[in-house]
Amino acid sequence: MTQNSRLYTVFAEALGVQIDQISDELKYNSIPSWDSTAHMVLIAALEDAYDVMLDTDDIIDMSSVVKAKEILAKYDVVV
Amino acid sequence: MTKQLDGRKAFITGASKGIGKAIAHSFAEQGAEVHLNARNKNDLEALAEEIRGRHNCKAYVYPCDISNPEDVKQAFVNYRATNRQLDILVNNAGIMQNSLLGMVLPEHILQTFSTNVFGSVYCAQLASRFMMRQRSGVILNIGSIVGEEGRSGQSVYGASKSAITGFTKSLAKELAGFDIRVNAISPGMIETELLEGLAENKRLEAISNIALGRIGSANEVAQVALFLVSDAASYITGQVIGVDGGMAF
Repeated sequence: MTQNSRLYTVFAEALGVQIDQISDELKYNSIPSWDSTAHMVLIAALEDAYDVMLDTDDIIDMSSVVKAKEILAKYDVVV
Repeated sequence: MTKQLDGRKAFITGASKGIGKAIAHSFAEQGAEVHLNARNKNDLEALAEEIRGRHNCKAYVYPCDISNPEDVKQAFVNYRATNRQLDILVNNAGIMQNSLLGMVLPEHILQTFSTNVFGSVYCAQLASRFMMRQRSGVILNIGSIVGEEGRSGQSVYGASKSAITGFTKSLAKELAGFDIRVNAISPGMIETELLEGLAENKRLEAISNIALGRIGSANEVAQVALFLVSDAASYITGQVIGVDGGMAF
């Protein structure tokens, strides 16, 4: 599994959607299953998958899949 | 013999003294692995040693000031280094400074709210992430009868404890979907270090306002805490339970 597909898998499982619905362009609140509650589930899943603990500012800033990549990079996670 | 908290991991703030210490002992006695926070590292390590010796359980220390969000983050990062599970958070740390309104200083307000309210929010933010992942958990906040009934000379302290009531009720609704229960205990007059400097006439006056005619013990609060975090309270959330002997001001 590539790093990118691993990230997509984490997103898909956390948001409860098919992996083909995940792309770098997918944005927070752009689909019904990525609402504020699902966002917190997603954060927990990302923290678990990549063994990091995100700052609150980063949780708020995580507005898209590509933004998630940028934020995870700050924690030395290669995606 | 099965204990009420076998296999559970509990993080307790303000654990080195008074109600927090009694809660730590009662949870450990019932099989929980306890993770203890307070500002004073020596006090915490002494308590952890005492708990390990008395209850034959695991106890770990996280000395930090919960009013500082960076300290709280580091404490939970340290916790996470060896734990993926967190079942119970007790937000007990708090400070009480009494002043009539005209003598309340801005720094007094900030200190009180930073510890009693902001610190509880910081800890709940991070603890709830473990609990959301496992889709279970209990958060127990320690409020005060002053937050429910008010008391002269304690307007700022009372406001901070009223905030804990609002925080508890709102968070209970927000986290219910994850099977995370959130409750609070509202203690009345409890025999802790906070009462040590109280003049005898004030003590007697206070007791005269308590229906049961005596000051409560930290252990009596701890027993209610134990009930609320246990499976016996599995259908209780968003509640503030008074442990005050029928106190009225």
